Amino acid sequence: MALSRSRVITAAIVAFTLLGLQGAAFAQQNFITVASTTSTEQSGLFKHLLPVYEKKTGTQVRVVALGTGQALDMGRRGDADVVFVHDKVAEEKFVADGFGVRRFEVMYNDFVLVGPKADPAKIAGSKDITDAYKKIAAAGAPFASRGDKSGTHAAELRLWKDAGVDPNTGKGTWYRETGSGMGPTLNTASAMNAYSFTDRGTWLSFRNRGDLVIVVEGDQKLFNQYGVMLVNPAKHLHVKKDLGQAFVDWLISPEGQQSIAAYKIGADQLFFPNAKR
Amino acid sequence: MTGLGEAFAAAWALVIGFDSGLAGIVLLSLQVSLSAALIATLIGLPLGAAIAVERFPGRQVLIVLLNALMGLPPVVVGLLIYLLLSRAGPLGSIGILFTPQAMVIAQTVLIVPIIAALSRQTIEDAWREYSEQLHSLGARRLSAAMTLIWDTRFSLLTIVLAGFGRAAAEVGAVMIVGGNIDGVTRVMTTTIALETSKGDLPLALGLGIVLISLVIVLNALAAVIREVAQRRYG
Repeated sequence: MALSRSRVITAAIVAFTLLGLQGAAFAQQNFITVASTTSTEQSGLFKHLLPVYEKKTGTQVRVVALGTGQALDMGRRGDADVVFVHDKVAEEKFVADGFGVRRFEVMYNDFVLVGPKADPAKIAGSKDITDAYKKIAAAGAPFASRGDKSGTHAAELRLWKDAGVDPNTGKGTWYRETGSGMGPTLNTASAMNAYSFTDRGTWLSFRNRGDLVIVVEGDQKLFNQYGVMLVNPAKHLHVKKDLGQAFVDWLISPEGQQSIAAYKIGADQLFFPNAKR
Repeated sequence: MTGLGEAFAAAWALVIGFDSGLAGIVLLSLQVSLSAALIATLIGLPLGAAIAVERFPGRQVLIVLLNALMGLPPVVVGLLIYLLLSRAGPLGSIGILFTPQAMVIAQTVLIVPIIAALSRQTIEDAWREYSEQLHSLGARRLSAAMTLIWDTRFSLLTIVLAGFGRAAAEVGAVMIVGGNIDGVTRVMTTTIALETSKGDLPLALGLGIVLISLVIVLNALAAVIREVAQRRYG
């Protein structure tokens, strides 16, 4: 009797494990895989958009959120059907190399520079991002960088170049590369009261701000464009081109664009649709 | 220290609120890690037993290797399985990257060395103790191994639990091969990583508390099984 009870428990665990897993794996047949960025995922945009789309079409959209560099690489390897990222230069190269079919602009938001309230570089309220970068370098104020080849990292590096500063000279002292996503980098910046460069969406949904506030915003150079493209089915035969393209088409359709505009945290709109049709 | 208080409050709210999304995540975590522990046991236990009772050239090297592989970094296993299962990789045509199956494979690879190495040690110790008796009974190596597995079953159960614990706790491998896809491959540890990324540290720690509690419940269940069986068989 006693043994049979332990056998029953064991058998129950085994059955739950194996049968359950089968069910989970085959529950949904119609799906596409989208490689996207941490900023779209962590800002909550996909949680807002995808249920709308799935309800309308019955296609499940599986989002893998990575840095833009990694997301494009996922597309190059054929592990995604659609790539939805924000680094125009890298995206155009992706399409030119034949990995993407055609790039569509979807929406934009902007980058902001956040920093401690104490503002050691004396740049709060400025609208000139390159000048702010020069002052941070001159003051040797701590700066937390993504350092992960993401779209945000690429944009940050372009601004250092514009400012005529080589941040690598500050490595080991004030310039600190976290080598991780936007959220972890903001956690680091918050913990050491460093300046950091972030997209506004992630910042608005970020909870562990500590002493950090927005210090520089509104410069033309802080514009952040998102693009979407189908992975080239000619390169990767298994790419779900109809389902994938349908998702791309929906994002740039009036309905998709309105859905993007409707996503807000409090009173703040996070992304501004600007598809050209 | 307000953070810790908030974390316990968040954990409590998660349990009380019984959010169906969270329930799905918990269920998937258990399914993936239990499957991995089960499969790894089916591979690792016979492997460990065979190495324990057999004598062959290169045995010492194999033992050192197995022991060393207990320290496999999950992220390395994740990358390896990712490159194998990627569409551009050798097994890409199966198309199981970013599925729970891929996560089970990665965790299995991660814990086979743990189960094999520890059960090898346990069974070999028992072998040293009983080999003469088993020889005198005329037992062949295979049946001797079976006897030793049965004799040491309670120690072996702890080893399987250690393997399960390692699988349930790791985040590096499942993040890479699963992709942390909401509703498909999101498990407890990748959710914790995601909430940490969003800067919601109390919620992240709250989820951590829920995860640890679950592992405790599972271990308690194993303890009950062991207790009951031990009383039955002495």
